[in-house]
Amino acid sequence: MAPKDTEIPQLAHPLEIPRLKCGAMADSMPYPASPEHQASVGFPGELLPDWKERALAKMKDLAEKNRAFQVYLDACVKCGACTDKCHYFIGTGDPKNMPVARQDLLRSVYRRYFTFAGKHFPWLVGARDLTEEVLDEWYSYYHQCSQCRRCSVFCPFGIDTAEISMAAREIMDVVGKGQKYCNEIIGKVHKIGNNLGLQEKALRATLEGLEEDIEDDTGVSVRIPLDEKGADILLVTPSADFFAEPHIEGLIGYAKVFHEAGVSWTVSSYASEAANFGLFIGSYENMREVSLRIRKAAKELGVKRIIFGECGHAWRVAYSFLNTLAGPWDFLDQNYPVPQHICEFTWGEIQKGTLNIDKARNDHIRLTYHDSCNVARASGMGEKAGGQFEIPRHILKSVCNHFYDMPRDTIMESTLCCGGGGGLLTDELMDLRTKGASPRMTALQEVTEEHGVTHMAAICAICKTQFSKVMPKFGYEMDSILSVHQMVSNAIILTGQDAGGEEEGETAEGAA
Amino acid sequence: MLGTAYAILFYAATLILVIGLAARIRVYARVPAPLKIPTTPAPKTRGGVVLRILREVVFFESLFKSNKWIWLFGWTFHMTMWLVLARHLRYFTQPVWGWVELVQPFGTYAAFGMIAGLAGLWLRRVVVERIRYITNPSDHLILALLLGIVLSGTMMRFVAHTDIVAVKAYMLGLMRLRIGALPGDPVLLLHLALVAVLMIVFPVSKLMHAPGLFFSPSRNQVDNPRERRHIAAWAAKLEG
Repeated sequence: MAPKDTEIPQLAHPLEIPRLKCGAMADSMPYPASPEHQASVGFPGELLPDWKERALAKMKDLAEKNRAFQVYLDACVKCGACTDKCHYFIGTGDPKNMPVARQDLLRSVYRRYFTFAGKHFPWLVGARDLTEEVLDEWYSYYHQCSQCRRCSVFCPFGIDTAEISMAAREIMDVVGKGQKYCNEIIGKVHKIGNNLGLQEKALRATLEGLEEDIEDDTGVSVRIPLDEKGADILLVTPSADFFAEPHIEGLIGYAKVFHEAGVSWTVSSYASEAANFGLFIGSYENMREVSLRIRKAAKELGVKRIIFGECGHAWRVAYSFLNTLAGPWDFLDQNYPVPQHICEFTWGEIQKGTLNIDKARNDHIRLTYHDSCNVARASGMGEKAGGQFEIPRHILKSVCNHFYDMPRDTIMESTLCCGGGGGLLTDELMDLRTKGASPRMTALQEVTEEHGVTHMAAICAICKTQFSKVMPKFGYEMDSILSVHQMVSNAIILTGQDAGGEEEGETAEGAA
Repeated sequence: MLGTAYAILFYAATLILVIGLAARIRVYARVPAPLKIPTTPAPKTRGGVVLRILREVVFFESLFKSNKWIWLFGWTFHMTMWLVLARHLRYFTQPVWGWVELVQPFGTYAAFGMIAGLAGLWLRRVVVERIRYITNPSDHLILALLLGIVLSGTMMRFVAHTDIVAVKAYMLGLMRLRIGALPGDPVLLLHLALVAVLMIVFPVSKLMHAPGLFFSPSRNQVDNPRERRHIAAWAAKLEG
């Protein structure tokens, strides 16, 4: 399906509830995975003749292996609390994008085959047979969920549509109906080590180029080491940090912080990817295989610590799952959290006073911060609950003078997804992505009007890419989205750097 | 005759409720949660999790954040239901416990809270477009069932009294496996029949949200994945 011309939703406020537009997004679907992509992640290449039996067998398997699947399918009372909480619903008005309705696409089938009421009184409880039409509907609407968990915050039972969405994608994969974007990428990680398929040589050249850039810029030699055995810290960062803007500015920021902190660190070419798309397709096995690369790299390089770069879903897998999937990490230094977030590290250094910071270098920026969904609602930072909100803000306020938060009901645990998470960051879904971004963009426009905010910082590779694509549609420059460590990088004066030197900096045009 | 019919009905309903509920809860307890998925920020300790669940059960904390109308109607209905249930203990105990006596006046008028809550929830189900869309026939039926129970009960309390002494004697008998005579009052018979239906459908309906809440991984997990390794038995086998 070619991306159609998107009508940008005009919202009176970020959480404006739309009228229902039945079927509005029924045609939205991502490209299917080819047989090769499917094979690379261990799934059948095309829809199998006995797909229905396999799908039901997988559903039974999930109900026996995953308590969330079982409990969430049973516990919903259809109270409606979640119905207005999904950014895709707010942006599209399609009722099947209401979290409960999205769950019901699968719940209706589960009820038909696995519950007393659904087996004997299907019409009473909205149970239905599994048909190819149902499967197509799943393919469309379970690829309109970014697994951001906003609905789960507001559900009285904590029902998390992300879990249902992941389960549905896994069932589809098992019967041979996979999605190209995710499965192609996971295949590349299994084979090469990162989402881009960037080989060791190319990676080395890229990092050397960056080192030169930093030296040209600051007059100081800052290293970005690759595959250096005996380094203390293994940095695992999304591969977008190696080539995309503004991600790359963030990587430069980490390098400067490590440099000033005086620690030895390295990137690994074998585990050169923080993102773990196994999460998006709900595949424990794929997620585990990707995670084990990090374990292997850490052992081979002999590091003592692991630090993750700015990446949202990656941080969820790292913080919440890495110990489960690839632990125990008893061979690492137990004085540090395993793994640690780069923001935890940087905030620690700022508190210690290791970094020489000139906030005025960011004075051309009036900043807000976008809490990335999976950092906000599926992980943590620091010692205290809610550290994932505090620490990035502490960092930003330490490196810039003009910081303004967006409305409270659109940030922190209530943050709105960028619209491109959960395996949807692919061009053929641009219409969905734009509409899904509209609540966040509306919240941003509010602080632009109120406080003259020009830029927004984020700590997720997907958010950054998504926003650099959609912000121009909402009247912002594509470089209005920044990495948190780009702000740090701007403000740091390296030891030996001429403090009065030329600062390239951002232009403050930004918002319309 | 009536006494025997209702005795059979209640014994059957009780068995179905207890066995059905136990079977479902056993499944919830046995199926592992393979990954740590608390909705964060989440408590870092077991005690914190107990408090989190308690706030959900007592105050409907998440629902309050979500939608004030649903919260108002839902919370009113559930809390007044507890009062009414507590008051009903007097028909199953002899002598009546002291605290049940204390609850009596509140429990009596709480019925109107239940009616208001149920009516509000039902009204939203019909009037609000989004909620109408997600409603199945069973959602209306459960509301009808509950409202039927409350209205018939309220009738007996405030409009047409039944021979409550005889009803209590019958219930106390049932609990000692002695089947006595039940008054033939139609409102009473309707009330009791609907209660039995509610008990029977409980384990196969959305009423399972009650035990479900306690087993919801996004609410009942401690946020300590970096400190303690969490692994399901089936996942540990992959490590071979």
